[in-house]
Amino acid sequence: MRDDVGIEVAGLRKRFGATQALDGMTFAVRPGRVTGFVGPNGAGKSTTMRVVLGLDAPDAGRALVGGRPYRSLRSPLTRLGSLLDAGALQPSRTARNHLLWLAHSQGLPARRVDQVLEQVGLADAARRRAGGFSLGMRQRLGIAAALLGDPPALMLDEPFNGLDPEGIRWIRGLLTSLAAEGRAVLVSSHLMGELEDVADHLVVVGRGRVVADTGVRELLAGVAAGRVMLRTSEPLAAAEVLSHTGATVQVTGPGTLGITGLPGEAIVARLTAAAVPFAEVATHRVTLEEAYLALTGDAVQYRSADSAAGVER
Amino acid sequence: MRALHAEWTKFRTVRGWVLGSVGAMLASVLFLLVGTASSNQHPQGVTALPVGPGGEAVNDSFYFVHRALTGDGSITVLVTALTGVLADPAGGPGGNTSGVTPWSKAGILVKESLDQGSPYAAMMVTGAHGVRMQNDFTHDRAGLAGSPSAAEPRWLRLVRTGRTVIGLDSIDGVRWTEVGAARLPEPATTVQVGLFVAAPAAVQASGGGSSSPATATGDFRRVTLSGAWGQAAGGWQGGQVGGDAGTSGSYAPGTIGGWTATTGEGFTVTGAGDIAPVVGGPALGPAFTVETFLVGTFVGLIVLTVVAVQFVTTEYRRGLLGQTLAATPHRSRTLAAKATVVATVAFAVGAAAATVSIPLGELRAHATHFAVLTVPTAVQARAALGTGLLLAATAVLSLALGVVLRRSATAITAVVAATVFPHLLAFGGMLPSGPAEWVLRLTPAAGFAVQQTLPRHDQVLSVYAPSSGYFPLSPWGGLAVLGTWSALALAAAAMLLRRRDA
Repeated sequence: MRDDVGIEVAGLRKRFGATQALDGMTFAVRPGRVTGFVGPNGAGKSTTMRVVLGLDAPDAGRALVGGRPYRSLRSPLTRLGSLLDAGALQPSRTARNHLLWLAHSQGLPARRVDQVLEQVGLADAARRRAGGFSLGMRQRLGIAAALLGDPPALMLDEPFNGLDPEGIRWIRGLLTSLAAEGRAVLVSSHLMGELEDVADHLVVVGRGRVVADTGVRELLAGVAAGRVMLRTSEPLAAAEVLSHTGATVQVTGPGTLGITGLPGEAIVARLTAAAVPFAEVATHRVTLEEAYLALTGDAVQYRSADSAAGVER
Repeated sequence: MRALHAEWTKFRTVRGWVLGSVGAMLASVLFLLVGTASSNQHPQGVTALPVGPGGEAVNDSFYFVHRALTGDGSITVLVTALTGVLADPAGGPGGNTSGVTPWSKAGILVKESLDQGSPYAAMMVTGAHGVRMQNDFTHDRAGLAGSPSAAEPRWLRLVRTGRTVIGLDSIDGVRWTEVGAARLPEPATTVQVGLFVAAPAAVQASGGGSSSPATATGDFRRVTLSGAWGQAAGGWQGGQVGGDAGTSGSYAPGTIGGWTATTGEGFTVTGAGDIAPVVGGPALGPAFTVETFLVGTFVGLIVLTVVAVQFVTTEYRRGLLGQTLAATPHRSRTLAAKATVVATVAFAVGAAAATVSIPLGELRAHATHFAVLTVPTAVQARAALGTGLLLAATAVLSLALGVVLRRSATAITAVVAATVFPHLLAFGGMLPSGPAEWVLRLTPAAGFAVQQTLPRHDQVLSVYAPSSGYFPLSPWGGLAVLGTWSALALAAAAMLLRRRDA
């Protein structure tokens, strides 16, 4: 069964003492794509995931997995696989036995344990004590646990933590292929750069609520907004020609100009017509990190307004 | 069942817990060996206590004036007095005073043989408990009240018909009342029938209890026989049955057992000892009981407490509880599965340790020439299985407190403080009898009562108090108190587990 909505949270509120950890958190994780769950530490990402798993009870709102509350699921690991804390292990238990009790709790055969160990590349370490594992191996073991029930939805909290570049590349490939299989995948990170080239969709959170819920392509397009870099030996002439078109021209370095408000083809046409020489015209590629910073810049303002409101509450 | 399977897999895949459980069993047995090795060799090899028809250790020591009865028949007698002398409790020379102990006995007896522990049925007058019919050591029924005297004597009669023996009493020898009936276990043709006198030692309850010898004398008149009586060797023969007085006390200084015939078909018989089950208390002396062989339970209990607490607190410490509850969101079911696992392991450890310890302890006792207070097989089995249940209930209590307190050290301390500590307090002589009994009624330490094999009999006077090894509650009653504590703790754990964020 592939539900239309893999994971859905609506209006989640949760207060821990004086801290409002969740403040109306609302978003949906759809199948067939990787949804990045991004925000600074303390933004409520882990708490949201704990609420989804039924570990923390929200003060208000609801969280559904495949349309049902997690705690009502029979064999829940076959509906939603999760990795919250890769360090949550009994150190003296072997990797295989750690997965074995999880398999038994779902009525899954031991064969399945060996399959996922193979899948995450831990087959050789299966009978070693998990307490001796590096953080990277623990992450792999945690992902194996999430994959154990072959679930249509996955939820991974900071899976890139402590991984070497090879491990990061492996997880990216894995996440992409899981989404390609039609699964709903939610991956949290406090570093936007980690989600570069992986996430199809982003839920950006701050202070317990969603700041932006957008497709990665739209986000980048919005921030990039037609900024073109021009390299020329006659920057003054070029600026003169282009400023007449209504575009904004900035000098970004010796012999380089940044132009916004005019597409690349039009710039080439104008300069050619005016016989201004140029070496290179390039559309500036905005990184996800830049797009995120632009968003969090907004979120900071949003945040100050929010804390002012918070005093009255 | 899946949750149970998962929890069992969890338990068996942590080597420390498996080794801890096996270690708990071995440590229990080892503790017994160390404990018995340190006991001194008993100087004079104590002969084993005789065992009654029910399998329990008995005292069977009394003066008997008897004849053989080869078939059906009856004996009737008039008891006119029961008197006696008591030795000075302080043990001073020649300090005898007159008096009878409450369960001094003078009466008539049908006994399968003169061997100690053989089946019997008896009608008797007693020092302070009126006329009684007793048979096979553990059965006791009341007849006429009051003590016999010349003015108010007591008629007693035993009638044997096949395997049945009926006891009757009367105040006038005309109107008879049946007090009870007993069945001899085998249809033996020849039984020994006659007059007997016994006098258990006087018991002083003060100062932890002590006992001092006593002797009793019964005056019998108008001994009448009917039926198939043997005529061998001039009729009546007198003698002490059971040369060793066992734990029932010997003759007071300066007195000996004996009998004389008096006018009017009468006899005067003097005797000491008792015909009764062995109980604990000041008179028991240097005998081992089954519960002393189970002393290692404490070690096993402490080790299992650590294992059971860790079984859940580790999950809190490692953050593993989140995974457990993500896999089995039904929290009470998860708790029930965990409780089932630790209870099953603890039961197996306790029952196995006890099953090994009891025969091993008996061997050690025999090797060091100590007597063993034998109990019926069913009682021994109850103590062994009870040890398993005791540990199972303690393990559940430990697990539940582990959930409630979430910290190993705190939970372990709480369990030991609730079980082992009250036991030591009550039996270590640190508390007077009254408070000690309340401690053993109310705290989880009451559960140790299930290991008690020391019998309690109304027809044997002793100090039935913690100082003698007696719990105030019955074995199952005591276990029920512990079980209630475990159930309450488990309910609290379930409630907190449901309410708290994991």
